[in-house]
Amino acid sequence: MLTLVLFNVFNGVIVGLFYVLMALGLAMILNLSGVINFAHGNFLALGGYFAFLLVPYIGFWAALVASPLIVGVIGLILERTIIRPLYPRDPVYSLLLTFGLAFIIQDLCRTAWGPNALPLTVPASINQPISTEFFFLTGYRLFIIGIVILAVVALFLFLRHSRMGMRIRAGTLDLETVAALGINVRLLRSFNFGLGIFLAGLAGVLAGGQIGLNPNMGDDLLMPAFIAIIVGGVGSMVGTLLGGLIIGVAAGVTTVFYPSGSEVVIYLIMILVLLLRPRGLLGEEGMMT
Amino acid sequence: MSTTTVSEAFHRRPTYGNWLSVALVWAVLLAVPVWLPAIGGYTSLATRILAFGLAAMGLNFLLGFTGVMSFGHAAYFGLGAYGCGLTLKYLANSTPLAVLIGALVGTLGGALFGALIVRRKGVYFAMLTIAFGQICYYIAYTWNDFTGGYDGLRGFVRQPISIGPLVIDIQNNMILFYYFVLATFAVCVGLMALLLRAPFGRTLIAIRENQRRARFLGIPVEFHVWLSFTISAFFTSVAGALYALVNNFADPTTLNYVISGDIVIMAVLGGMRSFWGPLIGAAMFVALQDYISSETVNWMSFIGLIFVVVVLFFPRGVLGYLRRLPL
Repeated sequence: MLTLVLFNVFNGVIVGLFYVLMALGLAMILNLSGVINFAHGNFLALGGYFAFLLVPYIGFWAALVASPLIVGVIGLILERTIIRPLYPRDPVYSLLLTFGLAFIIQDLCRTAWGPNALPLTVPASINQPISTEFFFLTGYRLFIIGIVILAVVALFLFLRHSRMGMRIRAGTLDLETVAALGINVRLLRSFNFGLGIFLAGLAGVLAGGQIGLNPNMGDDLLMPAFIAIIVGGVGSMVGTLLGGLIIGVAAGVTTVFYPSGSEVVIYLIMILVLLLRPRGLLGEEGMMT
Repeated sequence: MSTTTVSEAFHRRPTYGNWLSVALVWAVLLAVPVWLPAIGGYTSLATRILAFGLAAMGLNFLLGFTGVMSFGHAAYFGLGAYGCGLTLKYLANSTPLAVLIGALVGTLGGALFGALIVRRKGVYFAMLTIAFGQICYYIAYTWNDFTGGYDGLRGFVRQPISIGPLVIDIQNNMILFYYFVLATFAVCVGLMALLLRAPFGRTLIAIRENQRRARFLGIPVEFHVWLSFTISAFFTSVAGALYALVNNFADPTTLNYVISGDIVIMAVLGGMRSFWGPLIGAAMFVALQDYISSETVNWMSFIGLIFVVVVLFFPRGVLGYLRRLPL
């Protein structure tokens, strides 16, 4: 029983980490640009598929970096061409646009790589079980945890200490003032968008090694990522991080006792948070609420 | 919010259409069984268009006339569909009763959700509506014994309506069924027009144009937004109930956020500042979807392109675009 509980909690942590990567990227874009990116899960799938293409040529390690970069650049280009003109307009338009983008990217993936699951090969050095008793502690899963922690720490250090990061944080609080201080807000938003998409691409490579690739692999992560943002509090990146972990572990624990309830428990947590603390766990009063 | 300037809104009465165009709309709708087969359509396509048209007009009550964005109206559409289907299956052999109960379920759902989230604003509000929609989706999806789960709810058939000795066979006669749906549509649309003409509707438009100003004028903004949300859920759930009757089937995907997106794009495609816009948008979208999905396996790309093209090039929708032409 203990092993079973540990197994599912551990699973929950892994799933939660994917939620976190998705949700952090989504939240960055939402906070600075006010765009709900419905295509975020599809950028994740793109990240996985590009890694699938690149691994035979440059190997897994290089693909782990190159694939998210390519996806990030695609995100950057889309932001500059079709999303930027929508910033001054009603938010319904950017929502609809990314909604349509999600359809297109998913269909392109299906056309290019087929509807069936493809495996993403992971180097043998990180893909072996570590303990026989705790069979679920495979090297690759520990590797996922390591990479996500690395990425999250790097992101938070960047946001806290770099000039660009500080501008992004300032921009989420008051974009007009930031612009008035002579900072190129358009560039800031483009970069921020690309960075958010990069995180989705990274999650895609990691998820591909874990569960394989299929055209709608990101769909199941999109809604939990929304919930992570709502639970954590819109506007707070630490909150988003916390929200992702909480709902991941909660879903994992629920799986032990009531497997089909693992999706519902995520939404129950959200309702609970909304009733008790409407701005979210770490959300600040007045931030977009 | 930003697409209409304040002065424009104050100098122009909201368009419910002049008498001529209203007469034209109804003439076209009444004559569907005559002209649609002639151009290669079929009557149940028109029935589906009416159902989605009502859903989009219901959403637009909130989106276009109150200025509040919901991206979760699939919830009410689906609740209406399941309420209607479950009533026919377990409760009563009466089609009108089933539609009423479907509408009741959806409206209650809307009132409940609305009360929880009405204080939230903008994008955050939209995210919450999406999340609530997904709750309904997962309930329908996992509650196998009651809702049929993944396979959807089957085992109910719309029943003929008997008024005294007169029996209207909407069960087998698709044309009579179309007129039943049209009659329900007409009642809802009439009600919607009355609401929008009333001081209540003018208040909603005032909130859309300038929420802060409306608040300073002493209008209880949250209460009005909640009421508008609930009314909007009512219209959309009637539409969902009608939709369930078209195929005698309630599908869990009618609750999915994809349907929410479809309903919003219908409203925007037709023109969300006009009364009839969403119906035109629904007609275009449903007909296009029907045509494209039978022509190519890559229909998803085309549907996605419709979204992108409408947003980038026709943000005011068809009616908004036509109104700008110097005619």
